[in-house]
Amino acid sequence: MRLSFSEDDERFRREVADWLRANLCGEFEQIRFRGGPGDEHMFSGERKRWEQRMAEGGWTCIGWPREYGGRGASIEQQVIFHEEYARAGGPGRVGHIGEGLAGPTIIAFGTEEQKARLLPGIRNGTELWCQGYSEPGAGSDLANVKTRARLENGRWLLNGQKVWTSLAHESQWCFVIARTDPESVAHAGLGFFLVRMDQPGVTVRPIEQITGTSEFNEVFFDDAVCDAGDMLGKPGDGWKIGMALLGFERGVSTLGQQMLFQNELDEVIRIAQANGRGKDPVIRQRIADAWIGLRIMRYNAMRMLSGQQDGSLSREATAYKLYWAVWHRNLGKLAMDVLGPEAEVIAEAPYELTRLQSLFLFTRSDTIYGGTNQIQRNIIAERALGMPKEPRPARA
Amino acid sequence: MEFAFTEEQQMIRETAEQFLADHCDSAAVRRAMATEAGFEPELWHRIAGEMCWTAIHVPEAYGGLGLGYVEVVALMEQMGRRLLCAPYFSSICLGANALLLAAGEAQKERWLPAIADGSCRATLAWCDASGRWDATGVSATFVRDGEDYVLDGDYRYVVDGHTAGLLIVAARTPGSAGTAGIGLFALPADTAGVTRAWLPTMDQTRKLASLRLEQVRVPAAALLDAAATDAGAALANILALATVALAAEQAGGAQQILDIAVAYTRERQQFGRTIASFQAVKHKAADMMLKAEAARSAVYYAGCVATEALAGGVADAELAAAASLAKAYCSETYFFNAGTALQLHGGVGFTWEYDVHLYFKRARASESFLGDAAEHRERIAAGLGL
Ligand SMILES: Cc1cc2nc3c(=O)[nH]c(=O)nc-3n(C[C@H](O)[C@H](O)[C@H](O)COP(=O)(O)OP(=O)(O)OC[C@H]3O[C@@H](n4cnc5c(N)ncnc54)[C@H](O)[C@@H]3O)c2cc1C
Repeated sequence: MRLSFSEDDERFRREVADWLRANLCGEFEQIRFRGGPGDEHMFSGERKRWEQRMAEGGWTCIGWPREYGGRGASIEQQVIFHEEYARAGGPGRVGHIGEGLAGPTIIAFGTEEQKARLLPGIRNGTELWCQGYSEPGAGSDLANVKTRARLENGRWLLNGQKVWTSLAHESQWCFVIARTDPESVAHAGLGFFLVRMDQPGVTVRPIEQITGTSEFNEVFFDDAVCDAGDMLGKPGDGWKIGMALLGFERGVSTLGQQMLFQNELDEVIRIAQANGRGKDPVIRQRIADAWIGLRIMRYNAMRMLSGQQDGSLSREATAYKLYWAVWHRNLGKLAMDVLGPEAEVIAEAPYELTRLQSLFLFTRSDTIYGGTNQIQRNIIAERALGMPKEPRPARA
Repeated sequence: MEFAFTEEQQMIRETAEQFLADHCDSAAVRRAMATEAGFEPELWHRIAGEMCWTAIHVPEAYGGLGLGYVEVVALMEQMGRRLLCAPYFSSICLGANALLLAAGEAQKERWLPAIADGSCRATLAWCDASGRWDATGVSATFVRDGEDYVLDGDYRYVVDGHTAGLLIVAARTPGSAGTAGIGLFALPADTAGVTRAWLPTMDQTRKLASLRLEQVRVPAAALLDAAATDAGAALANILALATVALAAEQAGGAQQILDIAVAYTRERQQFGRTIASFQAVKHKAADMMLKAEAARSAVYYAGCVATEALAGGVADAELAAAASLAKAYCSETYFFNAGTALQLHGGVGFTWEYDVHLYFKRARASESFLGDAAEHRERIAAGLGL
């Protein structure tokens, strides 16, 4: 167990930093430190161009194997990359669902043909992805999805509704869990579909969020077409693949997020220093607590990642989502309390929020999406501690 | 960067786990805690002689194994799980660390080999009854008198102070304040003018004592000379290392009491089902696990920093921050987990018979010892420039 990086890794760090310095400037200067949580709707055009600039430099998907366009970067190198990216003020990544979720899932479960066809778009930053899991009747109880897929003339036709689909309005592709066997219930009879968004059978309607902005959407499928070759795995594999994807969500992709958290915390500390609230003994305690919590989050992640190079989940990894979600939510509240009465004043009418106001509001969703805190606690208790599963009434 | 135990570290950890499971069960803890000395010499001999835990991070030149602080942390974690009653923390994490950081060559040669083989048990006395755990809590004084030093003053909360053979004491020059004017001395416990008294405590698994020094005359060679110019800074580093070790012990206790609670809830039936099947119970257990895991991450990190600090590789401020981080988090975690475990046990959690109270009391005692969570957060806030 040691904390220092090898010389090779330090060389890699300089390479990343140099590239960012040379590229994250000029037309991209304005998006530095932008597009984070609560700010995702900003500069989407510039951030898409930035994604492609990153791809040209070979800095997207660095953790993917080389054969699929990645760098096969080690965990250490990925940590370094995320650290330098955050230090340089790299903007929120519009391609993260493709790079962190869809890509690894396609690599793990796709055919060679699917990999060759679908991965380059992600790798090159030209095709963005969204996640079509939740439905009006299937939130925490994801296995209750009702969207149906039927095979007709060698193509799947999808019918149903998804909801809370983040970035659906920006995406070319959506991965969808839908029922291939209409008679099936719960985990059985599901398929995992890769669906093109620009087709007549797909309608995207934005949902206005607590922030007044629209990052997520309703997505309607009316005989939406999915070519047979765009199903991942076989009919019936949907649950297995869908859950494996959520495992990737808890993996390396969380490291980048932590670095954003550090920037946010630094900003809160700067404000506390400037406005004098940093002398308040209770605020001091809370800031120190946040600082401690973030440091520990980093070492939680390092332990989790050092343990398993294959992305599978270890026992302690089950607690990771709950840990960061609660930490981040507390930071949002701390930011408001450090600002005091000034926390109320928005940037501009009618409802343009400041970054920290967006943070405060947005972090209330951290404890909901990706499995609510309550669901996380169920998972920890059942999978890590071996306590009994929740009783389930027979389904209607 | 490698944030997992090496194979060797893993082996040390597993061996310790097994040894303690065999030799430090509830009955052994209860036997030891009921005595004034607070430990069984038999077990101490095995820990030192067979297991060589007392030698673990002492350099080979002084009869040690020359391993790092991560190994100490790994051991302390296991000891914490079993509430080991032995003067390990006092002799190694306070005594040996004090000598490693502050003693000159001759002093190390004189004392460390005996500490490493367990034949000498050391401890550190520094603070008085003020409840301040840093140099500002030092009120005993020393003055030079010819070839000697003369020490006077009172110490409280001295871990194993009534049984240790070697006392390392911090004192200050009369009229000095804060970290200035501090001196560290090593003196045999039977030096004339030293009075020691056991201080019976609510947590019986770790023994405390008070010391009084009255006109205690020691030779000049008793002053730990490597740190003589800035003993205040050395004291802070010694306490930071001890704090990391204590936090590791807390993390171990927090994990064990979680395991005990989960096992109990899976046995106990109410309303026709195990109480572990109630979501209110599961969610409490989940919160305990989240904290126990985070506590472990914190102490492994702090152990790495401490290893580098002992090798002279990190700034004092970084060691201090790592220690405060670990102590703040582990203190709250251990108390939360022990308190929650008590609740999940219901009435039996309130009995002397079940072990829950042993953890609950150890958690309370460790929380305030070396500074509670609020104090360590305040130190971090100051370090952040607030
Ligand atoms: C900002 C945001 C972005 C999102 N993006 C996406 C996306 O891109 N793609 C996507 O598919 N989905 C997305 N979601 C949806 C998200 O995954 C769901 O909101 C989440 O799974 C919860 O489902 P629900 O909203 O239906 O709440 P419900 O499941 O109805 O939960 C309501 C309350 O009941 C509690 N509850 C439910 N079941 C249990 C139980 N078994 N035990 C104890 N308590 C329980 C919950 O914890 C919660 O407090 C997003 C959500 C948000 C807020």
